[in-house]
Amino acid sequence: MVDIVKRFPGVLANDGVSFDVRAGEVHALLGENGAGKSTLMRQLYGLYRPDSGQIIIDGQPRVFHSPSDAIKAGVGMIHQHFMLVSSLTVAENVALGLPSSRGARLDLDRVAERIRALAERYGLKVDPSAVVWQLSVGEQQRVEILKALYRGASLLVLDEPTAVLTPQEAEELFVTLRQMAADGHALIFISHKLHEVLALSNRVTVLRDGRMVGTYPTTEMTRADLARLMVGREVLLQYDRPPAKPGEERLKIDGLWTVGDRGTDAVRDFTLSVRAGEIVGLAGVSGNGQRELAEVLTGLRKPSKGAVTLNGKDVTHASPAERIAAGQCAIPEERMRTGVIKDFSVLENAILCDHGHAPYSHQTLLDFKTIAAHTQQLIADYAVKTPTADTPVKNLSGGNIQKLILARELCRKPTVVIAAQPTRGVDIGASEYIHHRLLEQRASGTATLLISEDLDEIRALSDRIAVIFEGRLMGVVDAATATAESLGLMMAGTRHAD
Amino acid sequence: MSETTSTAPRTAASGASRAWQSWQGALVPVGAVLLALVIGAVVLVILGADPVRAYTAMAEGAFGSVSGFTQTLVVATPLLLVGLGVTIAFRGGVINIGGEGQLIVGALAATAAALYLPLPGVLLLLAALIAGTLAGALWGAVPGALKAQLGVNEILSTIMMNQIALQLANFLLRGPMIDPKEIEAGTRIAQSALLPAESYLVRLVPRTLLHAGSILAVIAAIGVFFLLWRTTIGYRIRAVGLNPDAARYAGIPVKRYQMLALILGGAFAGLAGAVEVLGVQHRMVEGLSGGYGFSGIVAALFGKLHPLGAIPASVLFGGLLVGGDKMQRTVQVPDALIVALLGLVVLFVVGSDYIMRKRAARAQTHE
Repeated sequence: MVDIVKRFPGVLANDGVSFDVRAGEVHALLGENGAGKSTLMRQLYGLYRPDSGQIIIDGQPRVFHSPSDAIKAGVGMIHQHFMLVSSLTVAENVALGLPSSRGARLDLDRVAERIRALAERYGLKVDPSAVVWQLSVGEQQRVEILKALYRGASLLVLDEPTAVLTPQEAEELFVTLRQMAADGHALIFISHKLHEVLALSNRVTVLRDGRMVGTYPTTEMTRADLARLMVGREVLLQYDRPPAKPGEERLKIDGLWTVGDRGTDAVRDFTLSVRAGEIVGLAGVSGNGQRELAEVLTGLRKPSKGAVTLNGKDVTHASPAERIAAGQCAIPEERMRTGVIKDFSVLENAILCDHGHAPYSHQTLLDFKTIAAHTQQLIADYAVKTPTADTPVKNLSGGNIQKLILARELCRKPTVVIAAQPTRGVDIGASEYIHHRLLEQRASGTATLLISEDLDEIRALSDRIAVIFEGRLMGVVDAATATAESLGLMMAGTRHAD
Repeated sequence: MSETTSTAPRTAASGASRAWQSWQGALVPVGAVLLALVIGAVVLVILGADPVRAYTAMAEGAFGSVSGFTQTLVVATPLLLVGLGVTIAFRGGVINIGGEGQLIVGALAATAAALYLPLPGVLLLLAALIAGTLAGALWGAVPGALKAQLGVNEILSTIMMNQIALQLANFLLRGPMIDPKEIEAGTRIAQSALLPAESYLVRLVPRTLLHAGSILAVIAAIGVFFLLWRTTIGYRIRAVGLNPDAARYAGIPVKRYQMLALILGGAFAGLAGAVEVLGVQHRMVEGLSGGYGFSGIVAALFGKLHPLGAIPASVLFGGLLVGGDKMQRTVQVPDALIVALLGLVVLFVVGSDYIMRKRAARAQTHE
């Protein structure tokens, strides 16, 4: 890609970016959210057309009018959000849109055979006859990769592929990607996670604010170098944490059971308490009951057994509204699905929980003057980047949406915070910001349950670390003395010996 | 008037582009109508009629004379009221196809109230209007409760409720509510007795059917706008409609507000029935609804599911229906052509809306 320029109304998304990737290498594309990484790749995949500049593949200039042109030229893209039909099997998803080798008759058995061959070659463990909705996120991602390989992609773009994976799953993915590169595929790896870029790529190109900072051989870079290039200033990779002064018990989970979507017990006999002024981290491999536990704690899922106490009050069967009234705030795992209403403006989203009472409304009449002032305050206090308060939230970046959610929830001065994956898919700058805010809450006496699959995050913020495996508590350890190895063992199902 | 301009005070910086956007928003439906008329012209030519003469007759019939224009407004009134109900339901994420049935029970209830309640003067009119509204609300509440409690699809249940309402009207107008004079005369036409004059909505222009219900409908449209964008109830209805998961997470009882959206939708259709009885027919007759329950959905879509957009949309559709009659008489084409035209308009509006949204989404996704 040579000298790519792409403008959007009001934004110069790519300003003279040049970028090349060779067969057999992993080229990382690093930059914060909004730096123009995805825009650049969408042009390569035919989703956008560059305003100027050229795309050259195998020595030939190409103009892509649509993704199908790009696919024909051997470009494959693994999106952050999977493009799979959840009610179809793996083989059916892979075959979707392709002609059958038997004319009008389906050739799914042949497809399945080729999938097995590809899967074996690259270490992509997937059963071709499994139905997609039953697969874990990691497995679904493997299906996406298989889909691209099946279509003969020689250049594969992976848009933040690890954002949805656990460290272990990410490690497995890296093995696959290295194998693919060794086989002569060219890979473009989009990320803002520094250690992944360092671990996987041969070269790295850094983008900032739509401009190219430079392309570097990965071996010559350190974590701190990359962070500085990406953010444009020195970045703290650790936090100052004064010792915890835990107070009374605020949230108590006692022998909790709940049934998951597949009809089996997702949380089993789970007991944990969180005290005022401490952050308890809940670590675990994705899909071990964290999501279901968070749903029970926020009132979206019914527990089958056990009890939950919030500030001394039994809230086991309370509705979301009752929990909010009792002083609990929650930062949801899937911010676009449950955190915000994307077609609502920033202003309308700012009052999602609080619109029903003074000072934001009086006798059901919304007080827009107060609401607008309140929204401006949140935008200023939490450094939410938005053109105006009336901008629909869908036009904001992930990090800014997360800041808005945080602002909305924390401004209510909660006594208990349930934070589920608060920085998933959020850039370094915003992550740092969010972490500081959570530590501020800790200092002011809030009890925080931090549910995260990012072990670095858990270890950086928590006072105590609980580990969940197959819905059961494997143990609670002091964060100061916990090692990555001991936590890893617990995450893999070894009970902690007290 | 687009949705975004109404949600909050606009800022100077985005004012200009907003204005352009709402201009575009208004141009799309107009373009859709023109396109539908062009296709209609082709069909007219195929049918051997002169399209210019046909459309001239149509425009004259709808807007060319006092009697034509007032008749357009008379037809637009129930369309607007039903359209408001459809708008609220759609905004709440529920699809109300039950306007026809809700209108019928509203008309029946208003008739019964006006005939049987011993109230003096204006009170009788008020009671009849309220009775119609409540009956429509009840007809919307049944699908609402079924959806909230049992997860029954409201599209199916509202359609079924249409059938029940129709048969209920058949039974009442042939049995308990039939005009005693019809029995005496032996003609047994299925209609109620003439209502007492104090229950009538005032006629606004002499020797026309235009009545105060039209003003009531415009006030109702402003009220719905206010409800949806200025009150917590409307805020919740819209939140539930746009993202039920996030609404639930934020503590809004989703099912209750979906049910409320269906109840309010029914209430406005019921009011439409009451207004039709009290303003135009002055009695309940068979076939009173005249398909308004369905055309109202079209008007709501054409008005971009905005209560104020529904006002011009209903007038235009009223004009098409009234003008279509004239066209039919002048150039001798089947009136089904008018229905087909309405269908084409909807197709183009919804289609262009889809294309515009997709383009906007592309332009707005930076990263």
